[in-house]
Parts: sequence; C-alpha cells; structure tokens
Amino acid sequence: MSAYIYNMQINSDKVLKRVLFASSIVILLIGGGMLVSLIKGSMPSISEFGWKFLVSSKWDPTQGSESYGALAFIVGTLMTSVLALIIAIPLAFFTSLFIAEYFKGTKIAAVVGTLVDLLAGIPSIIYGLWGFYILCPLVVKLGLSPQGFGVFTSSLILAIMIVPYATSLSNTTIAMVPNELKEAAYSLGATRLEVIKTVVLPNARSGIAASYVLALGRALGETLAVTMLIGNANIIPTSIFGTGNTMASVIANQFGEASGLQLSALIEIGLLLFALTTIVNAIGKYIIKKIG
Amino acid sequence: MKKRIILVAVLAIIALGLVITILSKNAGSKTISGAGATFPQPFYNAAFITYGHLAHVKVTYGGIGSGGGIRSLKDKVVDFGASDAFLSDKEMNEMPAPVVHIPTCCGAVVIAFNLPGIKQIKLTPDVLAAIFSGKIKNWNSTELKKINSGIHFPNKAIVVIHRSDGSGTTNMFTDYLSKVDAAWRAKIGSGKTVNWPVGIGAKGNPGVAGAIHQTVGSIGYVGSEYAFAQHQPSALVQNKSGNFIEASVASVSAAAQCAIPADTRVMLNNSSAKDAYPIAGFTWLLLYKNQAYNNRSFAQAQATLKLVDWMLDHDAQKIASKVNYAPLAPNVAAKAKAILRTITYNGKRVLK
Repeated sequence: MSAYIYNMQINSDKVLKRVLFASSIVILLIGGGMLVSLIKGSMPSISEFGWKFLVSSKWDPTQGSESYGALAFIVGTLMTSVLALIIAIPLAFFTSLFIAEYFKGTKIAAVVGTLVDLLAGIPSIIYGLWGFYILCPLVVKLGLSPQGFGVFTSSLILAIMIVPYATSLSNTTIAMVPNELKEAAYSLGATRLEVIKTVVLPNARSGIAASYVLALGRALGETLAVTMLIGNANIIPTSIFGTGNTMASVIANQFGEASGLQLSALIEIGLLLFALTTIVNAIGKYIIKKIG
Repeated sequence: MKKRIILVAVLAIIALGLVITILSKNAGSKTISGAGATFPQPFYNAAFITYGHLAHVKVTYGGIGSGGGIRSLKDKVVDFGASDAFLSDKEMNEMPAPVVHIPTCCGAVVIAFNLPGIKQIKLTPDVLAAIFSGKIKNWNSTELKKINSGIHFPNKAIVVIHRSDGSGTTNMFTDYLSKVDAAWRAKIGSGKTVNWPVGIGAKGNPGVAGAIHQTVGSIGYVGSEYAFAQHQPSALVQNKSGNFIEASVASVSAAAQCAIPADTRVMLNNSSAKDAYPIAGFTWLLLYKNQAYNNRSFAQAQATLKLVDWMLDHDAQKIASKVNYAPLAPNVAAKAKAILRTITYNGKRVLK
C-alpha cells in the first residue's frame, strides 16, 4: 500500500514537471515566434531604409514619394510615457504610503486601496472618452493649447491609468517592511516621518522602483486612449502641449489599409516597440539589483 | 432529482433538434461572401438583407477595409471584393486573373466645421487647399472674407482635423485637392493616408466628426454617408462650373453626369457637370472576369452575379439613397450592367 502511494507521488511529480516544462516552453515559443515574424515582416523596410529609419521623422505614404522614419513616433512615445510617469510618481508614492504605512489596516486604507485597484480594471476606451470630452475642453479652457489634443493631455490620462500599476507592488513591499525594525526606531524616539524616511523607504525602495518600471512599461504600450487624445500628427512634438503620435498609436491607426512598404514600416515600428519595452524592463531589473 | 434529470434531458433533445433543423436549412441555401470597404457597408448590409429574403440566399459581407477586400479577392477566398479606390493598372496586373469593377453607388466628402453662430460657409478649391496645407491659418483671413460676404468670421486660429487611419475618404479628398491645386499635387499628393502638413488626426468618421464638434474653430472632412446621417453643418464647395454646391444625395449623383470610361475606373472629383458637388466618387465591387476559380460551381457564379446585377436595379439603389448614399445615375448603372455581362465561367457567359 505504502509502495503504491509512493509510486503515485513519483508519477504525479513527473507529470507536474512535464506540464510545467511544456507550458514554459510554449511561452518561450510564442515570444520567439512573435520576434521572428516581426523581423521577417520588417525586412523590406529594414533593407530599404536601414539605420535612417531610426533618425528620420518623415512619414510619407504617398505613392511615388514613399519614405518612412520612426523618429517622430519614438520621441512621441518616450515623451508621453516619461511625462506620465513623472506625473504618476508623486500620486502613486503618497497613495502607497497612505495605504500601506500611515493608515495601514484601517477601513479608509482598504477603501482607497480597492478604488486604486479598480482604476486598473477600467477599459482604456473609457479613459479615452473621458479625456476626449472632459480633459480636452479643460486644457483649452486653461489656455494651455488651442485644440486640447496633444502630448500633455495624453500624458495626464496615461498617468491616471498607470497609478494602480505603480501602487500595487509598492504597497506590498512597503507593507512587508519588518515591524521589528519600525518598532525599534519608534523605541528610539523616532517620529512617523523619520521612520518612513529611515526605515520604510530604504527597505522597500527596490520594490517601489520596480513598480514604477512596470508602470512605465504599461505607458509605453498603451494605444487606444492615447490615439484618442494625442492628435495623431506624425511629427516630432514641438512642446509638451503640441500634438504628436506614438508608436503603438500609429500602428493601430494605419495597419488596416496599409500594404507593401508602409505595412513593413509599421511592423518595423512594432519591432522597435518590442525592443524598447525590453530595454526598459532590463534597465528596471538593473536598478532593482543595484539598489535592492 | 430524477424528475429534474428527465426535464433537462427533454430540453436538451429539443434544443438539439432545433440546432439540427437550423443547420440543415442553412446547408441547403447558398451563401455568397464578400469583403472590403467599410464606407459602403451600411448600404451593403441593408441591401444584402433585403436580397437574402428575395432570393433565399445568404450574403455575408466583412467590412475589413478596401485593402483587405482586395487581398481577400487576391487570395480567392471571397466571391467579390469591395473597394473605394479603383485598382491602378499596376494593381490590376498584380491580381492573379483579370478583374472587373462594378460601381454600386456614389459617396462624397463633406467639409464640416465648427464656428459658433455660423451655419454655412462657401469655399473655393484654392481656399480649401490653402486651409488644409496650412497657408490660411486664421478664420479672419481676407481670402475667406472675400468669398463669404456678410459672414463675420471670428479672429480665431483654424484647427485642421483629418483622418489618422487609412481611408477611402482621405483618398477621395486628397485626390480632389491634387486635381485642383498643383502645389498640393507636387508636395503632398493623394492616397489613403498622406503626409499632412498641419492639423490633428482622428480615427474614423466618428472620430473626425467628434473632434470637430469638440473644437471651436476647427474644420475637417467627413464621409457623406456619415455627415448626411448626422446633419452636420457643411461648407458649400465651388465646382468646376463656378457654382457653390451643397453636398446632398442629388448633387453627388449629379457628379456622375459626365464622361465615364467604359470600365468605370474614374474618380468623379471635380466633375464638369453644372450641379455636381465636386468631391465625389464611386465605390466598387470587384469580381474576377472568369468566375471559374477555386472550385466554384457555375451555380455559385450565377448567384453572385445575380446579386450584383440586382444591386444596380432601382430597388437596391432606392435602399442606397435611404441610407444616405447617392444612387448611380442611369447611364452609369447601364454601363455597369454591360460590364457584368462580359463575365464568363470558363468561356461561358454567366448572365444573359
């Protein structure tokens, strides 16, 4: 009897191992397949434009004078995402402290925490609509830009969208700071602010940094809400209140009716976006390792 | 418990029976499939449903864009494709077999704007091109005032709004601007997406219309099928004969009252007809000239062509005007019917 159970355990272990192995291989294959098809699809554009694709901001699909460059979209993507992160960090940081440290365990913290998590579940079209009908007219009314659409408006919406990503991981790491350490600091007469500054933050900083990188990654790829708000002008934005376009948004806009070289150029932008998010993630991992 | 199981079983059997009857009914009738342009889709949807009841066939249409429709026809996975732009000679040569164009209705591009208190403005081709190329930047410009006597334009920057996605509407509009303005033709040209010198891009007709509605001082172009349904204030555009014409079903249909080539591959833009709205064009169905491909039966070919033939009839054209498209002028419908009758199935005529 015991031998039978023993055998079963061995078998179930084997089965589990195989299942785990198979599913991770499938993930690898999907990722690899995507990369291969992106590279294959962008070959015509790569061989036509080479490195110039990265430094040219001309996007002219007119037959006869076709010429494509991704610089305007790369700049637009980085501008909106980084600006969104700059706006989101203070919001997310203080919210995290509120939920996970200052009002930890209270009802109000639970309510705020749930609401912030809820923000992550709102479809991006809703954000887009809200930005289109509420935020754009507000930006016009404040005299920030004559038409309301542009990098700034998109960044504002993006900032709200990425706050839950920036807070969720921060909350966990801040809450995980050992109580003994905090109590020790309090016993030495430290105020709450001093405890946060000297105990909580140094212990939680790698997790907090990681959550901001995660949030940046989300901002880089966000498409729908940005498309509705950025103005879709295929130029390098002249200021943060100017119009522009992002990599994800130009693909979503133009792939439907694109063919030939234009389609290939769009796929190359997809490849670049893939590379950009990989680089951002790598930098994030490096930062976490360095300060963690 | 037992009773419940019996009830569930009975219900399941009834459901199964229903499914089988529906499936077998569908298997008996023919299915015709097409794909392509989104611009005429509301017309096609309405017409295909009506025809389905008339002829007891099922017609499915995928609005996947003109480019997608051409690709599907190239791959021979549909009975017909649909496109807002006719195939160029180069594209015709790239198709695996000869293709014919059958116009089904006309559409137009309407110039919409947002100036509080101003319901209607007049635009000449020169001024229109100058606005969309960023040369005229303010509503209070002398060029605009000259052709709009009596209208007090505000001292406000013009915000140009164009399509951000590839579109037959953009193709029609930029083709028109290229025809009437040499500088536009040389610098920007025409296509489903172009390199806009100024302005904001918005996705789809609803996106452009929404952005115009939202932005005081804006001007943009919207497909007529959408603009007519929304009753948006629009600009009168001066046509080739010098008349300022409001876009309407009648003035768009009138654009086809000029010389049409035998294969109907023509943009109606800048029509010489007296009452024509100048920014208008056909939308086409694309069919292989030899219908014997991809193991299609003669009956399938016949059903497809009968459908297309009916689309050119009065009944179908009436549906077109009901859903805000301009019906084909009689001379064009006759031409299209003649083209349909050149289609063969391995050398045999399909329609009498």
